Amino acid sequence: MRFRLTDEQRALRAGVRGLLERRFGRERLRAAVAASVADGPVLDRGLWRALGEAGFFALRLPEAEGGVGLGLPEAVLAFEEAGRALLPGPLVATHLAAGEVPGAAEGAVVVTAVDARLVEWRDAADVVRGDASGAVPVRSVDPLTPLHRVPGGARAGDPVAALLTAAEQLGSAGRTAELAARYAREREQFGRPVGAFQAVQHLCADMLVRVEVARAAVYAAAVTGDPADAAGAKLLADEAAVRGARDCLQVYGGLGFTWEADVHLHLKRAWLRAERWMTATAAEEALAARLVADG
Amino acid sequence: MDLAYTAEEEAFREGLRSWLKAALPSLPPRPDPADWPARRAYDTAWQRRLYDAGYGAVHWDAPPAQRLIFLEETERAGAPYVGANFVGLLHAGPTVAAEGTPAQRDRWLQPILRGDEVWCQGFSEPGAGSDLASLRTRAVRDGDAYVVTGHKIWTSHAEVADWCELLVRTDPDAPRHRGITWLALPMDAPGVTVRPLRTLAGTAEFAEVFLDEVRVPAEFRVGAENDGWRVTLVTLSYERGTAFAGEVVACRRVLGEVARLARGNGRWDDTALRRRLGRLHAEFGALWRLVQWNVSEAQASRGAPGVGGSVFKLRYSHARQELYDAAAEVLGADALDADREWVADRLSSLAYTIAAGTSQIQRNIVAERILGLPKGR
Ligand SMILES: Cc1cc2nc3c(=O)[nH]c(=O)nc-3n(C[C@H](O)[C@H](O)[C@H](O)COP(=O)(O)OP(=O)(O)OC[C@H]3O[C@@H](n4cnc5c(N)ncnc54)[C@H](O)[C@@H]3O)c2cc1C
Repeated sequence: MRFRLTDEQRALRAGVRGLLERRFGRERLRAAVAASVADGPVLDRGLWRALGEAGFFALRLPEAEGGVGLGLPEAVLAFEEAGRALLPGPLVATHLAAGEVPGAAEGAVVVTAVDARLVEWRDAADVVRGDASGAVPVRSVDPLTPLHRVPGGARAGDPVAALLTAAEQLGSAGRTAELAARYAREREQFGRPVGAFQAVQHLCADMLVRVEVARAAVYAAAVTGDPADAAGAKLLADEAAVRGARDCLQVYGGLGFTWEADVHLHLKRAWLRAERWMTATAAEEALAARLVADG
Repeated sequence: MDLAYTAEEEAFREGLRSWLKAALPSLPPRPDPADWPARRAYDTAWQRRLYDAGYGAVHWDAPPAQRLIFLEETERAGAPYVGANFVGLLHAGPTVAAEGTPAQRDRWLQPILRGDEVWCQGFSEPGAGSDLASLRTRAVRDGDAYVVTGHKIWTSHAEVADWCELLVRTDPDAPRHRGITWLALPMDAPGVTVRPLRTLAGTAEFAEVFLDEVRVPAEFRVGAENDGWRVTLVTLSYERGTAFAGEVVACRRVLGEVARLARGNGRWDDTALRRRLGRLHAEFGALWRLVQWNVSEAQASRGAPGVGGSVFKLRYSHARQELYDAAAEVLGADALDADREWVADRLSSLAYTIAAGTSQIQRNIVAERILGLPKGR
């Protein structure tokens, strides 16, 4: 048993992080937000293709089928980076469609999916999986994720989708913990960095603890592939992302409440992901059911 | 990244499992938790059997995967946990192994592993709890011995211990952290007085220890004189890093029992309560994964467990309290019956956010040592 990243996995993570910094760094993120507010969200097809070329969507497809031939743990690491970078688009649905919908694996085709009466990026996507008939546009709380509500749409309840979403939440939670700690080291009040105040230190410490617990759960679920583990991972990662973003906002003070800081983008996306693929209620019920079944 | 055990590790599990199966039926009934001498006898006898079977050093010497398997299997089989051997096996022993001289290792490690000698921890003082470095118990060098005078408190199972890992101040003029020394105190030395303290759970779990000109041979000093703070950090990293790992397995079992009782008594129909139990299932599952992660990382770096132990300790101590609070909700009015199962555990769970460093202190450590925030006030 060696429950730690292998050198290859570290390299993969560094590679994805590098790619995303080059192709979707902070300036691109802010430009995308500004463009989206002005003209509505636009899916960056060039970026989508670049992700496809890098193997983001085909990561788990066997090499014989043109994929990269890696497993869920590697996919989880890639999605964690996507969450860190606040990468927009129906990433999970396209990844799941690789090998099933032609072009998805290469990033040539954008695939979205209906889940729990919601579908994101419906108008931009080439393929919508699930029944999206009667979909009504919603003014989405997340400026980078257009949403439609689908009457009577069923919940897909796919544990892999839940786990990959959890990985994005983990990345976002890690990022907000990092941002909060950095800001706390730099911002001065009363003649010292605010991070010297214990009330601020404890907010930051709790953020990190939630990240580390969620990380253990997400990585383990990726290794076992067990649906109950995925449910637990989603539950803990949702909490780490949502509460992490809120605490980060608090550490940022007034600046946190502005559109200029990235914190609100993390919070809104975290709220959105928490509603997708498996909600806290569903996860808790699934885990409770497993608890009595196991005995 | 891998959670599967190797064939060799599984062979270890099989061997342990069949040994436990043969050994446990002859185990006498557990003594009354309030009766510490009986508990000591029981716990050390069990440790002796583990030792004779080759499992004595599993907590600190064995490969990490074996340590995890040991915790899983002993808990699954309902075997006793370390009990009175807690300090010796889980942090004094590892400290001596890491920091002691060859002679000290020869003197102390074997008796701990064989269950012959029990240790306690004399760190805290009435005026030095969280602020451990403000301790005042003094040791003055006199020939080949230190003469120790002072007052320790909250010393768990001091009554039945043979040795105490003792922190003393050897240089009152040095900066706080510089004048401290780590000594092994024989508890039967003249001048040692132990006064039991009753805990809120009703038992005499810990004690005050009064030291009146106690002579401790200088050869019982671990590490250099005035370098005790560094040695203490090693001890604390074991205490926080690995010592509670085994209990997570026990909490997962208890959670399953609580859920089954809830199914039986109708409380399961309470959605909020059911969801709470579901969340705790995720929580303890993740905490066990965190143990596996920390153990794997420690193996890779081959050192004492790092400050990551504070992350685990912080979350675990709260989860344990939530578990027994949820159990009390399932029990309803029975939670007021001190003889019901889980009620004593609920009471003792209240210690977890205090003992081995309070949650506030763990947060300070995470903020300053992991996140690199400036030193707070
Ligand atoms: C069951 C049990 C067993 C124990 N066993 C042992 C043992 O075997 N050996 C031993 O040496 N000790 C033992 N202890 C002692 C334990 O380590 C101390 O109780 C603990 O470190 C806290 O110290 P204190 O009790 O003096 O509380 P204090 O330090 O007085 O703290 C009081 C309150 O103030 C808070 N506080 C203190 N300083 C800060 C700060 N800087 N920032 C924020 N908040 C702060 C604390 O979190 C706490 O809420 C045991 C304790 C318990 C409960």
